[in-house]
Amino acid sequence: MADKILKQIKVKVWRQKGPKTKGKFETYIVNDISTGTSFLEMMDILNDNLIREGKEPIAFDHDCREGICGVCSLYVNGRPHGPDDDVTTCQLHMRKFKDGETITIEPYRSKAFPIIKDLIVERNAFDRILQAGGYISINTGGVPDGNAIPVSYDDAEAAMDAASCIGCGACVAACKNASAMLFVSAKVSHLARLPQGKVEAARRAKSMVAKMDELGFGNCTNTGACEAECPKGISISNIAKLNREYLCAKIKD
Amino acid sequence: MFMSSFMKSSIGRKVLVSLSGLFLMVFLLVHLAVNLTLIFDDTGDLFNQAAHFMATNPAIKIMEPALALGFVIHILYTIIVTVSNYMARPARYDKRNSKETGGWPSRNMFFLGSTILVFLVIHVWNFFWKMRVSGDPLLDHIMIDGEQMENSYNLVATLFKTSYIYSSIYILGVISLGLHLSHGFWSAFHTIGLNNDVWMPRLRNIAVVYAAIIAGGFIAIPVYFMIFF
Ligand code: SF4
Ligand code: FES
Repeated sequence: MADKILKQIKVKVWRQKGPKTKGKFETYIVNDISTGTSFLEMMDILNDNLIREGKEPIAFDHDCREGICGVCSLYVNGRPHGPDDDVTTCQLHMRKFKDGETITIEPYRSKAFPIIKDLIVERNAFDRILQAGGYISINTGGVPDGNAIPVSYDDAEAAMDAASCIGCGACVAACKNASAMLFVSAKVSHLARLPQGKVEAARRAKSMVAKMDELGFGNCTNTGACEAECPKGISISNIAKLNREYLCAKIKD
Repeated sequence: MFMSSFMKSSIGRKVLVSLSGLFLMVFLLVHLAVNLTLIFDDTGDLFNQAAHFMATNPAIKIMEPALALGFVIHILYTIIVTVSNYMARPARYDKRNSKETGGWPSRNMFFLGSTILVFLVIHVWNFFWKMRVSGDPLLDHIMIDGEQMENSYNLVATLFKTSYIYSSIYILGVISLGLHLSHGFWSAFHTIGLNNDVWMPRLRNIAVVYAAIIAGGFIAIPVYFMIFF
């Protein structure tokens, strides 16, 4: 069955020349988009039109286009990654939109993710949080036997679930407090559940939370907007685990 | 050192909000238990004795400043957290359509809390202030079991019986409280780390039950007076 064609859609997008300049919304018309088109392909088509008209194309982040890199940070129709559940923007398709619809595309808005240009935001705040403790220190040498250290099935599963976080920042974008707790908790609880990560668990929780606070993310109030919008379905149970890890580490100080 | 860095961290502040919140939740249960004597004894003796006990018992006297402190910490740290949350998103979205798994109250805790605070001021002014500080003509002295005490029942019952406006304010305040608690209860446990996948649905359900008991119990009082008097 051939895909339906959206005869005309209006795309209302945030245009901003640079980090310091004032931005504003511009509305563009795009004709004849197949519903089988991915959202980013629609953006490519729109950009192609803009270039042909001699206008500046819209800057937006994208890389893998298969839902694993977490770079495609668009806020579409009031939701990070747009109107579909458990997908990244690059996995979103035009079948989720109606003919004649106005689609609003905004950059992620948070103090810790400043806008670089149009829809691109600077998300190295996440990298800095990871550098603060989201790793395991080991000496180089021969590769150890993976099965030499026993890990319970439940821990392995929970750690794997948390590890599926791709660092896309949708949790921050969706949260009314622009809090990074879901991201940080995914990293902390992923590593704290495994024997290799437990060794540094206390130091990790403290330094990652301190970095998160320092970078200007908000405070979590447990609304759960993050888990509702996370493309990987990371649960806020991880946040309870982070709170527990952090409190235990602080009390021991 | 521990306390200062802890209380400046996001989680530390939230833990203070949670612990003070949990303390206030225990207080609410005691408060409700005392107040329900209003509708179980129309002579007012039971309530007067309970009120007299609350006003004179040394253990309760110690708890009173602790309770005030509980409120102060809860309110102060919520304001700090809310202001810093506001600053974390300097530019607002044009359109917002996200769903929270915590529902409407979870998004509006500060609004609900502020409503409760307004109600609390009216409430303290109407009852606590008159009983403990200023006095009121309705608080005549009576004798129960050979002990002299103020007729607190008279003050409370008269206000509920005569003022529909006050009763309505009371009911609205309590509804805000119920909504606040339906999120606050499980959220407090979550923030101090006592939650996981198994307990998440349990705590959320217990939160609803707890909120319903508190809200239902307090609302029953003005409703009782409005219907039967
Ligand atoms: S927790 Fe989810 S929403 Fe947040 S960064 Fe990771 S994958 Fe993205
Ligand atoms: S472009 Fe990599 S996740 Fe979307």
